[in-house]
Amino acid sequence: MSTSTSFNRLTPYVFLAPAVIIMALALLYPLGYMMYGSFREWDPSQAMGESTFVGLKNYITLWNDPNFRESTLVTLKFAVSVVTVEMFIGVGLALMLDRNLRGMSLLRTLFILPMMIAPVVVGLIWRYMYHPTLGIFNRGLKGVGLESVDWLGQHALLSVIIADIWQWTPFIFILALAALQSLPRSALEASRIDGATGWQQIIHIKLPLMMPVLIVTCLLRLIDAFKVLEVILVMTEGGPGLSTEILALRISRTATEFRELGVAAAMSNYLLMLLLFITVLMLIYNRIMEHRAAKANRMIEEAH
Amino acid sequence: MPEIFLDNLKKSYGSVEVLHGIDLEMEHAEFTVLVGPSGCGKSTTLRMIAGLETVSSGEIYIDNKPVSKLEPKERDLAMVFQDYALYPHMNVEKNMSFALRLEKRPKKEIKRKVQEVAEIVGLSEYLHRKPAELSGGQRQRVAMGRALTRDSSTFLFDEPLSNLDAKLRTQMRAELAMMRQRVRKNMIYVTHDQIEAMTLADRIVVMHGGYIQQQGTPEQLFKKPANKFVAGFLGTPPMNFMPASLQRSGDDVYLSGKGFDLLCDGFTLDRLSQARSDHILLGVRPCDLDYQPDAATNAALDIDVVLSEYIGAQSVLIGDCGGQKIMVELKSDTPIALGERLRFSVDLKDLHFFNPEDDRAIG
Ligand SMILES: Nc1ncnc2c1ncn2[C@@H]1O[C@H](COP(=O)(O)OP(=O)(O)OP(=O)(O)O)[C@@H](O)[C@H]1O
Ligand SMILES: [Mg+2]
Repeated sequence: MSTSTSFNRLTPYVFLAPAVIIMALALLYPLGYMMYGSFREWDPSQAMGESTFVGLKNYITLWNDPNFRESTLVTLKFAVSVVTVEMFIGVGLALMLDRNLRGMSLLRTLFILPMMIAPVVVGLIWRYMYHPTLGIFNRGLKGVGLESVDWLGQHALLSVIIADIWQWTPFIFILALAALQSLPRSALEASRIDGATGWQQIIHIKLPLMMPVLIVTCLLRLIDAFKVLEVILVMTEGGPGLSTEILALRISRTATEFRELGVAAAMSNYLLMLLLFITVLMLIYNRIMEHRAAKANRMIEEAH
Repeated sequence: MPEIFLDNLKKSYGSVEVLHGIDLEMEHAEFTVLVGPSGCGKSTTLRMIAGLETVSSGEIYIDNKPVSKLEPKERDLAMVFQDYALYPHMNVEKNMSFALRLEKRPKKEIKRKVQEVAEIVGLSEYLHRKPAELSGGQRQRVAMGRALTRDSSTFLFDEPLSNLDAKLRTQMRAELAMMRQRVRKNMIYVTHDQIEAMTLADRIVVMHGGYIQQQGTPEQLFKKPANKFVAGFLGTPPMNFMPASLQRSGDDVYLSGKGFDLLCDGFTLDRLSQARSDHILLGVRPCDLDYQPDAATNAALDIDVVLSEYIGAQSVLIGDCGGQKIMVELKSDTPIALGERLRFSVDLKDLHFFNPEDDRAIG
């Protein structure tokens, strides 16, 4: 009897085991490899076994490396600004285009086009558009009699931010639109009867109900923005100076140009930790909010 | 002048017309009840008045003003939705006070109002729950409460009590009846429940297939239904219908059908003079048949008892009269046996006559 019940309890795990093992190998092996590598001085020509163990040296060196710090700061600036702007524009557009007018579906399809273009191509297109003399922007400015702007020189970071916004706003747009269209119609109707204006509907009904989707969207975009590489590589190669050298670019250069695989691995780990930190922070924030609401409910009900 | 006036209101979804010209006048502070079978267009009518559906043709007047192009909030009305339509992210209190908060009423006033209404709908203990944490009936009461906190000039109710248990429903019905005397507002109320319709309504509007079949006071509709549909729809158990024809024998005229020959009096003949032919449809309510073993043959129906449904003081007898099913109401203590043939007398005044071609009432 007892053996059969304990067997029964184990059954689900037995069935889960193959999937878990494959996941563990596929997910954890590369991660473990990177961890291991980050504690070694390791040249790409060496096998991992031939490299020497250096402890935390790579991490400490990086911590004190002003270039790495600069690069981290650039990454943070880049990620935070693109995600903020993209969220505003994406959600705003979704709120505006959530109507059943004719031609709306065509418009929506047009809006998602940028997302479908390969990042390298996006980089090339924008590099050309930013070209000091041939680019559309400066020709346009000249056309209306304004000074031309040194886009990829003086305003390199701003320029890559604009390009990224152009490419990734559609992502937020479609997710926000999907969230909007799955909102309970009847609650919106009720709010119209209750006298809510369009704005009040957005603020009191639509946005709060979309929030769970928006949080996940924001998180996904944030994680992605921290790892962006191709567009910037093509547009500025990190320059001028270090002004657009985001972490992913620095990692790739450390590995290929400087041939320091260990340092690159340590840098990746820093990035990973940063992302984990952000994710956990958001989860905790969510939890706290839920918890607080539940607690308030309990307290009030007990008082009754 | 009527407070709300629907003028030849039509609604089409694509090429399908679901409302075919609704004409309706509602006096100030009148309680109008829309009844009809599922899918007849009650909710659609209500939603058009509310401004949630566009008007395909015709016009809605509130206070003599055409409103069909106005936004819902400009029509000054509150509504209880058939599917509740609560705000899922707000607790009961927030749900009920949403409109008041939008109007920026003083906090104290809002709180007082919400508590007052919560008391009425019996939700005082649930003010801090979210809709997802409530039962269906409780949600329905929140929807009701949300409308009652408003002091709009018109209230629209779409089956607001359909999900409550019998006791709560009776209680809420009484609350509504009382509220209606206290606050003189226009109320339009959709229901399937005949008792609700009969007890609450100043005016009942019976709808079927996108048409208004008849409107009037509950009594008018019950006593003088305009057609077979209304006659069969109002009243439980429903009216019995039997084909009959006028047979002359000497000076006497008989209404005869399978299993009965009723001798007509002058008054009845007068009523029947409007019939287009000798063939008519005869309607008699189950409550108008009287168990009288010694009644005369030419003033009674003979019914074979097939089944008796006990429902308390009264039983509903399902019987067979000349091969047709017929329902009769009977005191439960009447000693009867299944298969027995019983005689029920009818008063000719209680009979309803319909034209078999178009189902319209005669006389
Ligand atoms: N959005 C829509 N598109 C097409 N047809 C619709 C739509 N809404 C309602 N209808 C049709 O209109 C008719 C009337 O619907 P309505 O909801 O008014 O019925 P109802 O009388 O309220 O029924 P119930 O008692 O079941 O609530 C129905 O036949 C329904 O199929
Ligand atoms: Mg309905």
